Amino acid sequence: MPLHDSSLATVIFGRLSWDALPLHEPILVATFAVVALVGSAVLFALTRYRLWGYLWREWFTSIDHKRIGIMYMMLGVIMLLRGFADAIMMRVQQAMAFGGSEGYLTAHHYDQIFTAHGVIMIFFVAMPLIVGLMNYLVPLQIGARDVAFPFLNNFSFWMTTAGVVLIMLSLFVGEFARTGWLAYPPLSGIEASPDVGVDYYIWALQIAGVGTLLSGVNMLATIIKMRAPGMTLMRMPVFTWTSLCSNVLIVATFPVLTAVLVLLSLDRYVGTHFFTNDLGGNPMMYVNLIWIWGHPEVYILVLPVFGIFSEVAATFSGKKLFGYSSMVYATVVITILAYIVWLHHFFTMGSGASVNSFFGIATMIISIPTGAKIFNWLFTMYRGRIRFELPMMWTIAFMLTFVIGGMTGVLLAVPPADFVLHNSLFLVAHFHNVIIGGVLFGLFAGINYWFPKAFGFRLERFWGKVSYWFWVVGFYVAFMPLYVLGLMGVTRRLRYFDDPSLQIWFVIAAFGALLILCGIAAFLVQIYVSIRKRHELRDTTGDPWDGRTLEWSTSSPPPVYNFAFTPIVHDGDAWWDMKQRGHQRPTTGFKAILMPRNTGAGVVLAGLSTVFGFAMIWHIWWLAIASFALIVASAIYHTFNYDREFHLPLPEVVRNEDERTRLLAVRS
Amino acid sequence: MSTRLRLLAILPLCAALAACNSVVLHPSGDIAAQQRDLLVSSTALMLLIIVPVMALTVLFAWRYRQANRNARYEPDWHHSMRLELVIWSAPLLIIICLGALTWIGTHLLDPYRPLDRIAPGKPLQKDAAALEVNVVALDWKWLFIYPQYGVATVNELAVPVDQPISLHITASSVMNSLYIPELAGQVYAMPGMETQLHGVLNRIGTSQGFSANYSGAGFSGMHFTLRGLASADFDRWVASARSANDRLTRDTYVALERPSQKEPIRHYGTVDAQLYAAILGMCVRPGTTCANHMMMAHAQHAPQ
Amino acid sequence: MAYAFATAEVASPTAFYQINEHEHAAGGSTMLGFWIYLMSDCLIFAVMFATYGVLGAHYAGGPAPRDLFDLPLVAVNTSMLLLSSITYGFSMLSMRKRQVGATQVWLAITALFGAAFLGIELHEFTHMIGEGATPERSAFLSSFFTLVGTHGLHVTFGIVWLLTLMVQIGQRGVTAANERRLMCLSLFWHFLDIIWIGVFTFVYLMGMLR
Repeated sequence: MPLHDSSLATVIFGRLSWDALPLHEPILVATFAVVALVGSAVLFALTRYRLWGYLWREWFTSIDHKRIGIMYMMLGVIMLLRGFADAIMMRVQQAMAFGGSEGYLTAHHYDQIFTAHGVIMIFFVAMPLIVGLMNYLVPLQIGARDVAFPFLNNFSFWMTTAGVVLIMLSLFVGEFARTGWLAYPPLSGIEASPDVGVDYYIWALQIAGVGTLLSGVNMLATIIKMRAPGMTLMRMPVFTWTSLCSNVLIVATFPVLTAVLVLLSLDRYVGTHFFTNDLGGNPMMYVNLIWIWGHPEVYILVLPVFGIFSEVAATFSGKKLFGYSSMVYATVVITILAYIVWLHHFFTMGSGASVNSFFGIATMIISIPTGAKIFNWLFTMYRGRIRFELPMMWTIAFMLTFVIGGMTGVLLAVPPADFVLHNSLFLVAHFHNVIIGGVLFGLFAGINYWFPKAFGFRLERFWGKVSYWFWVVGFYVAFMPLYVLGLMGVTRRLRYFDDPSLQIWFVIAAFGALLILCGIAAFLVQIYVSIRKRHELRDTTGDPWDGRTLEWSTSSPPPVYNFAFTPIVHDGDAWWDMKQRGHQRPTTGFKAILMPRNTGAGVVLAGLSTVFGFAMIWHIWWLAIASFALIVASAIYHTFNYDREFHLPLPEVVRNEDERTRLLAVRS
Repeated sequence: MSTRLRLLAILPLCAALAACNSVVLHPSGDIAAQQRDLLVSSTALMLLIIVPVMALTVLFAWRYRQANRNARYEPDWHHSMRLELVIWSAPLLIIICLGALTWIGTHLLDPYRPLDRIAPGKPLQKDAAALEVNVVALDWKWLFIYPQYGVATVNELAVPVDQPISLHITASSVMNSLYIPELAGQVYAMPGMETQLHGVLNRIGTSQGFSANYSGAGFSGMHFTLRGLASADFDRWVASARSANDRLTRDTYVALERPSQKEPIRHYGTVDAQLYAAILGMCVRPGTTCANHMMMAHAQHAPQ
Repeated sequence: MAYAFATAEVASPTAFYQINEHEHAAGGSTMLGFWIYLMSDCLIFAVMFATYGVLGAHYAGGPAPRDLFDLPLVAVNTSMLLLSSITYGFSMLSMRKRQVGATQVWLAITALFGAAFLGIELHEFTHMIGEGATPERSAFLSSFFTLVGTHGLHVTFGIVWLLTLMVQIGQRGVTAANERRLMCLSLFWHFLDIIWIGVFTFVYLMGMLR
């Protein structure tokens, strides 16, 4: 319950005080020093080179889906570094803490680390990377100029960033939750967790969640309403299909997360009894609701990645995707089934054999359409002519790795098997197996595949392969020991151990994490080297891989308006069809193009939301009220802006198109 | 390239072999053993599909690589009804088998279901009495109450082998999970609610049980000793527990309930007979109303 | 709109580019987008209803529906909301006929009915809290206040939106953009009406039957 202290400091600062700074934790002090140093250097460089104006005009206020997509992906990559730092810390701790030693991390610190690791990786790495990719590609793939609601798109990005700011702030001001990434009550209730940690968790997710939900609405409207003429649903690229289904999932499940976090907040702020042990509350309700969100969430992440593999497999096998219709049906079936399996996350909560069996069997049924997809990729490769560029390498690694994770998943779907493996390191190995082997490998495939489109030059091959091998080998070295440990009965989230026979496995896993660290470093080197060698790696045609879908019909990078003339589609694999049938790109007759205006409203609203979240976390009520009122006022003020569009002048269109004509001529 | 991929594919199998001596794969209890059997048979069923898929992946990747001009290139072949039929029905058949195993196994191995056998080939005797133990998950230790013997322990669960065990489980503050790998699969321990676990231990020996659901700062130390004893040894153990000076009353329970970590084993010679019911109803402290009575009851008279 | 099958470009097999493109009218996707958002909002209510369904009988020895609900008052409240939906409908009819004045008048009356609804609801809440039936008293009361309160919060935002629109119509008249906004608010307002019917039925009426 909120304090009723009459002292002035409490009124002004809520429960914020100097104690909130973790000055007694050397690791955090060191981290802060590094962050402050790097941050100051960046800020200084931006000011010195007068880049603020450029950043504000061209990026922060941009409503261009391409710019927003890139910003999402940069956010995801930066947060990958934070989330992975948490992973390394955990691996080192668990490798050390044997024979009476409790390692180098206290429970207070360690328990925040594993919570933050999960929250960051799911909400602030995987989601932004996936959403960023969908943002960038879907309008291009359907032949549209932008998404349905460009301003909302910008707003969604900044709300996600607001969530990132809050969670990063929790490192240095106060602390984070110590509950695990889903914060089950009663542990996350006000009695067991009275500190600010769970409140940081709640507000970071609520604010980011608003962004994600609106992004889902945006994408759905875009795909339904803005396809190029002739592009029927069954002629859409598979990546667009999977994006459609993923966004259906977003729209249909994020409200559940919003609602359940509201209920948890009410328990913590007002003293209600939704999930308390007393006065009629029921923590099992939370577990159900959070997983009704949680299971579809993992499909939100993996479906677009399945789409990436479909595009990559077809393009790099030089062959049409095998079984397009069944791929679509499989995706739709997976989307629907995603809603009726959530209970498999808590078979052990005592629901009874018939209920458990139903959910277990429903979970197994999902493996049928998923398996069909794997077979379809296999038969796309069959009698193709496979080029082992990096995207295809990642696809092969995915096909071998993901099926193991899928198998262990179906295994865990058998309730009696789950009774012995639930919450063990076997489970941890399983979900990392499918998320890394599936989502992450897919993202790397997609990044290598579409990077030239976005930036005009390819990613460098050598460092890409270095990264690839470190990641793939590192993944197996890091996570196969966890399967073993799970079978040895070891549960998750332990900080220290008694049994010395376990240590070797943790040491191997830590070594694997080190390999993955090299993989991440190599990826960053790849980007750096590619930028330095960008003239050698330049893509002048816009179609470096002999692609099959419409995004490859534009220049690299595409002009702000994507298409000077909206394409007309006659078949699936629209661009391939155009190339086969000898299309002629028009070089004259351009027009001025209607475009949406940039806006700073998204930054303002999200910034105010961050302040609001901070105020709610620290019980600074006057600030919460003031920032909320300002949010409403800013939103209303924004609605008074009716002047949202402008015509991109004809000379600019002509200039872009003439440059493209010139580059295409040079190539031939 | 393909050799390296093949090596990578074998790695998980190596790992699996190394885990052969693990407790999940070699438990001492019949229920845990049946769960292990289900695990193994499910894995075998799935490997029927997984191994060919992985082999085909490597095979196709190698055979149809661009450099291999001997392989047929059919860029427009992208549909085959017959192949689709196989692609969808092969996994379907496996899942049907797995589904049947699941339905049957889940019902037979339901933690709430009393045992019908001690071990394969050793059905339960008609007059066989189960050992009843009430379990309370505290912060961060385990309390075991033996209502049939009037004793209780902290962090030690002693049981006679080859006798069915019936556990009734609750918690004091937050969600935990009672997991004894040698005995049976886990089940959640939740405040104000009671779950059940039935199992039997078939081998004499000492092993561990612990919480399998993170419950706070002392979670890592929240394990207890499981002692599987011969019948006579178990009776001696009970007698020794009865001779302990400590008494488990409402007051000593309230003291025990306070958060503490790495509690040493302790025995209580006498136990308040109503205590477990009070713990379950969250009304141990004087003046509190028992939740299970209160939950759906409403005020008898309208408020003023 | 994306499809243009009737145009000559598509009929010709070699046409790959839409040379004579009509500019899309702004806001072509607004109604669809708003519908999708509204359905996601409906899901939030669904969770609140589900929570009420699970926890609604947990009185924890405290007051139950029969002790608290004043059905006649709730009936008056309901009629305020239903009337507000009717008057909003009149506003939309006036909008179609481009009658700015009538549109504004009916909007104002809608806001008044909405405010009456909120006022009565606040009165009911205050009375309950005064009697000790606070949200913290029991899970039943927690879920009651949250479900009904979430609805009330939505009505509040609806009224704020309505007043903003009145200002904007006063400034610019019933333009295409304002028409779209009025249609979205119309969906929102009627949606809240339907939710209220659910609340009235499941919470108040069925609560009295328990």
